[in-house]
Amino acid sequence: MARTIHIIENILNANDELAASNRARLDASKVLGVNILASPGAGKTSLILRTIEALSKDVSMAVVEGDTAPVTIDADKINALGVPAVQINTGGQCHLDAVMLQAALPRLNLDALDCLIVENVGNLICTADFQLGTHINVLIASVPEGDDKPYKYPAIYRGVQALIINKIDLLPYVPFDMAYFQRGVEALNPGLVTFPLSCRTAEGLENWTTWLSEQALRNRPG
Amino acid sequence: MSTLGIICYQLERNIGKITNMHELSVTESILEIALRHCKQAGASRVTDIYLVIGQLASIVDDSVQFYWDMISQDTPAAGTCLHFRRIPVELECKVCGQRYSFTGDDFSCPSCTMLDFKILKGEEFYLEAIDVED
Repeated sequence: MARTIHIIENILNANDELAASNRARLDASKVLGVNILASPGAGKTSLILRTIEALSKDVSMAVVEGDTAPVTIDADKINALGVPAVQINTGGQCHLDAVMLQAALPRLNLDALDCLIVENVGNLICTADFQLGTHINVLIASVPEGDDKPYKYPAIYRGVQALIINKIDLLPYVPFDMAYFQRGVEALNPGLVTFPLSCRTAEGLENWTTWLSEQALRNRPG
Repeated sequence: MSTLGIICYQLERNIGKITNMHELSVTESILEIALRHCKQAGASRVTDIYLVIGQLASIVDDSVQFYWDMISQDTPAAGTCLHFRRIPVELECKVCGQRYSFTGDDFSCPSCTMLDFKILKGEEFYLEAIDVED
């Protein structure tokens, strides 16, 4: 006999449940999880490297590197700064998901960490949908990408807790209407904490690292 | 198959993987939910699946259908008809209360021109119901 079963279940429910368990694992070790999102080339790895250089003396950090291909270029750069990096090869998948982060966590000594930075796959679409269980999602927009991105990728702008505008040293050379860009951001995510900076010249970088350090050390015992 | 044929085949497979994996993960989730509820209900086969997807959700119907045909083979959900109900974006102006949609890059209220809204509809992403046979 044919019949209808009413369900109403979020399609990404299974991922969300695993994300909650990742969050609980991070909380148990008092580790701040930071998920870095951006399109390819916006400066995810550069930002992570600059952040490690600025903070690793005071904040104990590790990095999970998401890559679509089995190349360890980014992880090698991070290891060279003396910070542990775990590589996740997504096998072509365009985003990290909670299962992949769950598999990476046992490879790190979480109890020794204050902050775990996750470098997601370069992508503004899928990464917005798959929660990992991190506490803060940070989006990097970069000046050469153009000022219309909030309007074209609204979902990712709605789901983040901090925004970095990278490559501001290029503002004199690239048509980028900051007011237009920020109007879109403000509409989608009112009051979003925003850090205009340049990883290349270090302008504005300290505002970001100070803020992140405050977030990371807030939970440190004693 | 010639060497060139093998390379082209491999390239096609890899490009397919890289550009469409998002829909694949989503399709796997849909299959998991549908099969779980089918089993719980003691039914033998899923015939229809009803999905509700807001316009702001980044899902391409055709890709989901494509992966569905691949991954549902040999399951009680093989040959299921997927129904997509798309929900248009609806915003509500927090200043004057006007409800409106938007096109292009203008999110501002058509009534009072303010840019301060909440999203009422358009972010839905759920499985609403399935039809099954005993």
